[in-house]
Amino acid sequence: MPTVAKGDGMRGLAVFISDIRNCKSKEAEQKRINKELANIRSKFKGDKTLDGYNKKKYVCKLLFIFLLGHDIDFGHMEAVNLLSSNKYTEKQIGYLFISVLVNTDSALIRLIIQAIKNDLEARHPVHICLALQCIANIGSKEMAEALTKEIPKLIVSGETIDAVKQSACLCLLRLFRTSPETVPPGEWTQRVGHLLNDQHLGVVTSATSLIHTLAQKTPEDFKPCVQLAISRLSRIVTSSYTDLQDYTYYFVPAPWLSVKLLRLLQVYPPPEDPALRGRLNECLETILNKAQEPPKSKKVQHSNAKNAVLFEAINLIIHHDTEPSLLVRACNQLGQFLQHRETNLRYLALESMCLLASSEFSHEAVKKHMDTVITALKTERDVSVRQRAVDLLYGMCDKSNAEEIVAEMLSYLETADYSIREEMVLKVAILAEKYPVDYTWYVDTILNLIRIAGDYVSDEVWYRVIQIVINRDDVQGYAAKVVFEALQAPACHENMVKVGGYILGEFGNLIAGDQRSSPMVQFQLLHSKYHLCSAPTRGLLLSTYIKFINLFPEIKGQLQDVLRNNNNLQNADAELQQRAIEYLQLSTVASQDVLATVLEEMPPFPERESSILAKLKKKKPNVSDIEVVKEGKKSSNPPTLNNSAANTPEATPASAPVPVMAAAPAPAPVQSASDDLLGLSAGPAAAAPVTNNFAAPAAPAGGGGLLVDVFDTPPAQNNVSTALAPQAEENFFKFAIKNNGVLFENELLQIGVKAEYKGNLGRLGLFYGNKTSYPFQFFTPTVSCPGELASAMNVQTKPLDVNTVEGGAQVQQIINVECIADFVDAPILSIKFSYSGSMQQINLMLPVMLNKFFEPVEMDATSFFNRWKQLSSPGQEEQKIFKASFPINSDTSRTKLLGFGFGLLDGVDPNPDNFVGAGIIKAQSSQVGCLLRLEPNMQAQMYRLTLRTSSKSVTTRLADLLLKLF
Amino acid sequence: MIGGLFIYNHKGEVLISRVYRDDIGRNAVDAFRVNVIHARQQVRSPVTNIARTSFFHIKRSNIWLACVTKQNVNAGLVFEFLNKMVEVMQSYFGKISEDNIKNNFVLIYELLDEILDFGYPQNADTSILKTFITQTGIKAQVTKEEQSQITSQVTGQISWRREGIKYRRNELFLDVLENVNLLMSPQGQVLSAHVAGRIVMKSYLSGMPECKFGINDKLVLDKSGRSDDPSKVSATGKSSIAIDDCTFHQCVRLSKFETEHSISFIPPDGEYELMRYRTTKDISLPFRVIPLVREVGRTKMEVKVVIKSNFKPSLLAQKIEVRIPTPLNTSGVQVICMKGKAKYKASENAIVWKLKRMGGMKESQISAEIELLPSDKKKWSRPPISMNFEVPFAPSGLKVRYLKVFEPKLNYSDHDVIKWVRYIGRSGLYETRC
Repeated sequence: MPTVAKGDGMRGLAVFISDIRNCKSKEAEQKRINKELANIRSKFKGDKTLDGYNKKKYVCKLLFIFLLGHDIDFGHMEAVNLLSSNKYTEKQIGYLFISVLVNTDSALIRLIIQAIKNDLEARHPVHICLALQCIANIGSKEMAEALTKEIPKLIVSGETIDAVKQSACLCLLRLFRTSPETVPPGEWTQRVGHLLNDQHLGVVTSATSLIHTLAQKTPEDFKPCVQLAISRLSRIVTSSYTDLQDYTYYFVPAPWLSVKLLRLLQVYPPPEDPALRGRLNECLETILNKAQEPPKSKKVQHSNAKNAVLFEAINLIIHHDTEPSLLVRACNQLGQFLQHRETNLRYLALESMCLLASSEFSHEAVKKHMDTVITALKTERDVSVRQRAVDLLYGMCDKSNAEEIVAEMLSYLETADYSIREEMVLKVAILAEKYPVDYTWYVDTILNLIRIAGDYVSDEVWYRVIQIVINRDDVQGYAAKVVFEALQAPACHENMVKVGGYILGEFGNLIAGDQRSSPMVQFQLLHSKYHLCSAPTRGLLLSTYIKFINLFPEIKGQLQDVLRNNNNLQNADAELQQRAIEYLQLSTVASQDVLATVLEEMPPFPERESSILAKLKKKKPNVSDIEVVKEGKKSSNPPTLNNSAANTPEATPASAPVPVMAAAPAPAPVQSASDDLLGLSAGPAAAAPVTNNFAAPAAPAGGGGLLVDVFDTPPAQNNVSTALAPQAEENFFKFAIKNNGVLFENELLQIGVKAEYKGNLGRLGLFYGNKTSYPFQFFTPTVSCPGELASAMNVQTKPLDVNTVEGGAQVQQIINVECIADFVDAPILSIKFSYSGSMQQINLMLPVMLNKFFEPVEMDATSFFNRWKQLSSPGQEEQKIFKASFPINSDTSRTKLLGFGFGLLDGVDPNPDNFVGAGIIKAQSSQVGCLLRLEPNMQAQMYRLTLRTSSKSVTTRLADLLLKLF
Repeated sequence: MIGGLFIYNHKGEVLISRVYRDDIGRNAVDAFRVNVIHARQQVRSPVTNIARTSFFHIKRSNIWLACVTKQNVNAGLVFEFLNKMVEVMQSYFGKISEDNIKNNFVLIYELLDEILDFGYPQNADTSILKTFITQTGIKAQVTKEEQSQITSQVTGQISWRREGIKYRRNELFLDVLENVNLLMSPQGQVLSAHVAGRIVMKSYLSGMPECKFGINDKLVLDKSGRSDDPSKVSATGKSSIAIDDCTFHQCVRLSKFETEHSISFIPPDGEYELMRYRTTKDISLPFRVIPLVREVGRTKMEVKVVIKSNFKPSLLAQKIEVRIPTPLNTSGVQVICMKGKAKYKASENAIVWKLKRMGGMKESQISAEIELLPSDKKKWSRPPISMNFEVPFAPSGLKVRYLKVFEPKLNYSDHDVIKWVRYIGRSGLYETRC
């Protein structure tokens, strides 16, 4: 209860309370309260008048009853009446009742606001304070609207006393938090800043809170405060204790104010004025120095206050991220805390270190503590601290220590708490992918991961390992061998079976030579797990079996037996049943060639965002912040798996590496099947939503949850220049055989392309994705056709509707292209935008090449040779003999040629290894027929390419393009 | 089975704590106090589960009795046991109160040892317990003979009666006690009604008498009526009642009841409950309540309640109390009644009207004016008007037809036994909506 002045004690209230306390049971208490309520109701009946004392007494009783947990639905009017009393105690009780009991939507709120207004204008400071406290307690929107004009006046007026100023600041802060829009910025905002210079430290403390919140909204308005804050801080930090009298807390001068000032400074970048900066650094150094001094008191409050200031100072240092010496000192200081007795300190130290690890200056310093952190991980009793230790290990990991950290995390995983296992699994998977020592190590690590913590390995993790194995030719054999060995364990996790099934299905042939892993052994090993698995895994294994039929015709019989098994043919699961029936039919009906085409090795996956990272971010939103900060700061990235895999062509829209193609029973070539899918969904209107299926270009469109993979971003030039962006050339040629993909990506911007061509017309959809959280302004992409291209091509660009791309958003632009004559160069796309004040320009080649206007032609051998002979004049033929830049593989070559646009003619050339193709380039002015012959030489790893067309320029250009592909 | 038994006072202090099994730790005592007795909201469920431990509690005045177990016990059994335990304690030292429990705690521990063994309920018959657990302690001069008798009695076939009882006057008291429960709509429509009855006997009979007891149960009469005495059934019209379900004291031979529908037993000595039953059909409701509530504006309400007695004019109902709930924003009440006394009890939010007695086929009325404080809260929910009374007949219509006593060994016959029969009908939850 509120303290009641002596001589003003309310006897009735005291008696009532003691009655309640003496009640022996809940029922007795309820009875006493009912009686009292009936009494108060009879007193508050309309026709009686009560004096102030009685009113106060009964309102007090009601308040007490309410605080005991009973419902009160009357007496509000009497409480409001108390507000207009002149006696302090009566007013106080009235305000108390109102701030506890009155709803913000009560009908009385008008009356209350009027009473508060009167009190704010009162002469007595005590009354003003009561009113301010009430506003701060209720802080409704309506109050904010009605009173925001009065309160700033109180703050800046010279007449108000300190206590009132203090209350007014906090009150305004509360109103601002409730409804920021109703607090008008005015001329008072500047004068609030000057409160930092106030004599009274209490006023300064409350003003700092207010300024901090306001500055977060409009940093510009409060920029002058930085200087004031720094000088105030330096006065506090460097002062001797006697200065601050009441504000020294256990020998620490004004800890709360220091913390608040340090927080305020974190809103702004480091001050530019060197003198100011020096002063601030001096302060921070003093704080760091003080941490080294022996404690002045053994009391826990002393160390708490000291450490609070210290941690806030470290946060500021990290925020500024400009002073290497300070960063390193902070890091060393935190290192001491890592072994502190106090659990909270260890936790905070680890948390701050996570931030430090992302700074390039202190990254090395943080790494020194790796051993301590690993011990903490192993020996710490508190799970939340262990969690932080994991975060820090993840944060400090780089190429030099990845192997060790991953090994430590793997070994810890076996004993880790269940609550953090899934997250740890994701982190290990990401680290292994991000800093691979070599790919065999990567494969080992992930398989180990599945073995140790199979239950916590989400689908994304094993999808990823398959994607990487498929995209990397050199690990395929090793991976097959390792999974084969892993599968031999008597009990292995279902995820392991999935990975094993998939990889053996694709690359089982690579280890089939060994007697110990002959096809039959592989099959029996997989099939021994079959019955223990869930339906999706069985489906995957069925796909593996059909792939085996292709790979190992010698065990076709056994495989068909399995497919024919009633368990599968009549399975209750429709998916399994369909697979079994279709695969069985496929294996019996189709010829070996057809089988080979349908069941050929999965083409490499298109490069896309690391789904694991997205998953981790979704799981822990705060991690992504650190991640983004970290990636933003790192100026150089080590080459990663993603990058190296990025050169491989895209062929399938499968979103998961389940062999989708094999499920299509029609014996159609892989490429055309995926073209069909593209064709179905390539309507321009449907373009934006459909792109979600097409991985990379859609990453920004896929919603905020799927943040863009920030790992594989090589440095891009941000300065304004007319040169082509470094990625442009390389990515450009990728588009020779595909129509969709990522054209360009750096840490700011990602550009995806989705194109379709018909005859001499083409339509490109460009998707500009903003990867940062700040908007791009004046975003203007323009397309130009340099030189003679202007006459050979007609380009129409639809201007963007908006010229600002919001953070994380994506805009789409449609470009229509018409080919008039044959051409060599590509149109130039130049993008200009302003990002956080600086102009950026990126120049790219638009992926429009001559072969895009190809139409495949089918003809028989005789007509081919007829035409071949017709085109025998010197300018019409181009022959090149060159060394293969990719491993020679008949299937991929076929895919590439088909993607390029040729119609392949089988059976024309007597040598089955050779390729013969034909197509017509459709330009508006002319149509150019092209014939091709490609002869690979396996032994020498060479190709001989012969092209004959009716136009010399076309021949040269096509030969150039093809050269880049093989 | 029951793992332990605790008794608490109203503050949650432990008065008695007896643990029977190892799986119940000391902390169970605190768990119940914190989660049930001191819970923020009132715990209304008699069974509470805290950390895989089940607590079954009942409350008598301000005393909490709680049984604890970690196993899946029959809750009915536990509550039956708790009620039995209360009965036993009451027969030893009267009212259950904190003081009484503190003064008798040695006795209570002794009782607990006897009636619960390793958590399994044992013989809890008061008359038998009193033979070897006395408030003054077992007398030293218990002979060997008597000791062996105790053993043979407790372990024998008829554990509820010892041999060799002799009375000069063979007497038998039989009480039919009924509670009638009712919920009636304002228009006088019966929404639900049932009678819960008990037949309590006090027997002072010599030797090992065999008793046979008959009531006007429809099943019994229908079966035997046709062959024996068809005229009797038709003469009295509604002379038999339909019993929905019943339970018997352990002395009743259930096999005989099942085959012949006759209740035969060797009675325990002293007081015991022979049978419990429940009926839902053809209940004669002793009182009818006719409420009339009128809300006059926002600040005034008028209530008029008429009660009509609905039984033979020769009978007299007693201890009549009508409880009329008042709205929560009542600020004043004026009551006018012709008979009895009526008063507004603010602590209970009700007008309580008391009548000492009232004859059959009469009516009486009360009217009240209630002043209200204007309130913007939702409308008053109008709880039902409830009533308490006691009438000297069985509202279910149950009649005792005969109670025969046979004692072949001793020389007294059925005619020599003096038998007393009494009917008492009380109100259970007797409510009328208004």
